[in-house]
Amino acid sequence: MPTYPEIQDKLMSLSEAVKRFIKDGSQIALGGFTVNRNPMAVAYEIVRQRIKDLHIVCHSQGQSFDVLIGAGSVRRVELAYGANGKFASTCVRFRKAVEHGEIEVEDYSNNQMSLRFLAGALSIPFIPSRSGFATDLVNKEGFSVETRRQRRTARKKYAEMENPFSDGNGEKVMLLPALQPDVALVHAQYVGEDGTVRIKGLTFADVEQAKAADAVIVTCEEIVPRSFIRLDPDQNTFPPFLIDAIVRVPYGAHPTACRLFYDYDAKHLNMYRDMAKDDATFKQYLDEWVYGVSSHEEYLDMIGGAGLMTIKANPVIGYAPGLDRR
Amino acid sequence: MAQYSEREMMAIAAGRLISNGDILFAGTGVSMLAATVAKRIHAPKAVVFFETGGIDPSLDELPMAVSDSRVMDGTSMNSGLVDSFSIVGHRRLHTIAFLGAAQIDRYGNLNSTCIGDYARPKVRFPGSGGACDAGSLASGVIAFMQLGKKRFVKKLDYLTTPGWLQGGDSRKKAGYARGGPLAVVTNKGVMKFEETSKEMYLAEFYPGVTTADIVAEIDFEIDTSRAIESAPPTEHELRTLREEVDPQRLILG
Repeated sequence: MPTYPEIQDKLMSLSEAVKRFIKDGSQIALGGFTVNRNPMAVAYEIVRQRIKDLHIVCHSQGQSFDVLIGAGSVRRVELAYGANGKFASTCVRFRKAVEHGEIEVEDYSNNQMSLRFLAGALSIPFIPSRSGFATDLVNKEGFSVETRRQRRTARKKYAEMENPFSDGNGEKVMLLPALQPDVALVHAQYVGEDGTVRIKGLTFADVEQAKAADAVIVTCEEIVPRSFIRLDPDQNTFPPFLIDAIVRVPYGAHPTACRLFYDYDAKHLNMYRDMAKDDATFKQYLDEWVYGVSSHEEYLDMIGGAGLMTIKANPVIGYAPGLDRR
Repeated sequence: MAQYSEREMMAIAAGRLISNGDILFAGTGVSMLAATVAKRIHAPKAVVFFETGGIDPSLDELPMAVSDSRVMDGTSMNSGLVDSFSIVGHRRLHTIAFLGAAQIDRYGNLNSTCIGDYARPKVRFPGSGGACDAGSLASGVIAFMQLGKKRFVKKLDYLTTPGWLQGGDSRKKAGYARGGPLAVVTNKGVMKFEETSKEMYLAEFYPGVTTADIVAEIDFEIDTSRAIESAPPTEHELRTLREEVDPQRLILG
C-alpha cells in the first residue's frame, strides 16, 4: 500500500467521509451533470448511513440525485433539471416524489443555478442575470414561507430591479440569491499525492459548487504522483487547501460516465429506470445494489469484470466507442 | 421518391433553417440530429456546442445526453456551464438554440416543467435545464414538437422558456435584449411567427400532409394562408443523416 504523507489527514474511507461531513438536514451540492461524473459512491454511502432530510442544490442532475430521492434521504431540492439523457427523460423517482408531494421543490435554470454557486464562491450575497423574466420560474414559488426561514435558504426566490448604473432607461436585471452549501461532492479523475485535484473533460459547475461550499468531499479514480500533477498545472482544477476529504474510489461515478476512464453503463441505467418505475422493484434495486453491499468494491463485483470491461473508455478518446447504448 | 421517416424529415427541415457561421446550442434527441445535419450539409461553418461546455466536438458518435463524454472529444475546448452561457448570450455571436418541450403556445412559449398545478403536478417533467436561458439569451430558438392538441395548447400549464410571451413587443418590455422563437419544427410541418403580432403561423407542410391535418392537431387558431409544401429530403441529405450522423440509429430509431 503506498502512503501519502501530505494528504494523510484528508485521505479516508467513504464511510468516514460521509460520517464526518454529512448530517441529517445538510445542504449538499451534487457534482457532475445527468449521466456524467455523478458522485455515486458517496450517494450510495449516504443512503447506507440512512441520512435524512437532505437539501439538494444542483443544476442538471441525474442518477445520484434520483437514488438519493428514491431512498428517502432528501427533503427538499433546488434544481434546474432532473433527467438521465436518453435513459430517463425525467428522473423516475424524482418524478414520483414530486407528483406525490414527498419533497419540496424549487425550480431554477442551469444558468441561474451556476450563477448562484458562482456568487457563493465569490462570497457575494446575490448576482444579477438576464434570464427568466416573466416566466413561471420567477412567478411560481415552490418553497413555503416556513421553508424560506430555514438555514441556508434564501428568503425570496428572485428579486427584479432596474440596473442602477443605467441612465434611467429601465433596463431590468434579475437578482439571484447566492448558494453556500454545507458540502460539495465532486468526483474527479485525479488527485495528486499533494492533494491537488484534476477534473478531465467538462467541469460543468463543479468548480463554482466546490468553491461555494463549507466542505468539499472529492472521490477520485486515481491518486497520482506530485511530479505528474505539478508538471502541467494549467490542467488542474482545485488546490489542496480547498479539499476536506479525499477518497480513492475507482468507478466511483458508475453507472454514470467518467471521461477517459469509463462510459456510462447503458445496461445498468436501463435496468435502473425499469426497476425505479415501481415501488416494489425499486426497493429490490436498493436492497440489492445499495443496502446489500458493504463497499463500492462489492458493488463493482456485482457488475462483474465483463460488465466493467464493456464500458471501459478508450483512454485516448475518452469514451467506449461502439458501446451498445440502446 | 425516396422513403423517409417523420424524424428524418424533422431533422432535415430544421437543418435547412441554419445559416453558415451560426453558433448552434444543441439539446438532446432530434435537436442534436438537426444541429449535426445542419453542420454537415447546409452550414459547414456553423459550430455546434453544448450547454455543458463542450465546444465544437467531432461528434464521431452521437451523444445520448449533453453531458455525454462524446461532447468532450475533438472539441476546440472543454469548459463549463458559466462559460457556455456566456457564449449563448454573447452579443457578437448569432446563436441558435434547438429546444424540445412538452407544451407550446401560439407565441412559442415553452413548458418543460409540469402538467397540472406546479405545487402538486399531475405529471412532472425534468425542468428548464438550460432551456429558459437559451430562450432568454440566444439570438433565436428553433423548437421541436410533435403535433397534438395536448402539446399545442391555448395556455401552458407552466411557462418555463420565454418565447414571444404575449406577442407584440411584450418580450422586449419584459426585459429581454434580443432573441425569441424563429420556428417550430413538427412531425408534419414547420411554423414561424408573424412579424409584428408574433403569432404562430403555418409556414410549411411536409409532402403528403395537408394543412387540415396540421390544424386538427393544434388547440389554438393558426393562420395557414401562407403555407407552402416543403421540398422532400434529397438523397444527399438522407444519406448524410443515415450514414454519417446516426448510423447506429440511436435517435432515428
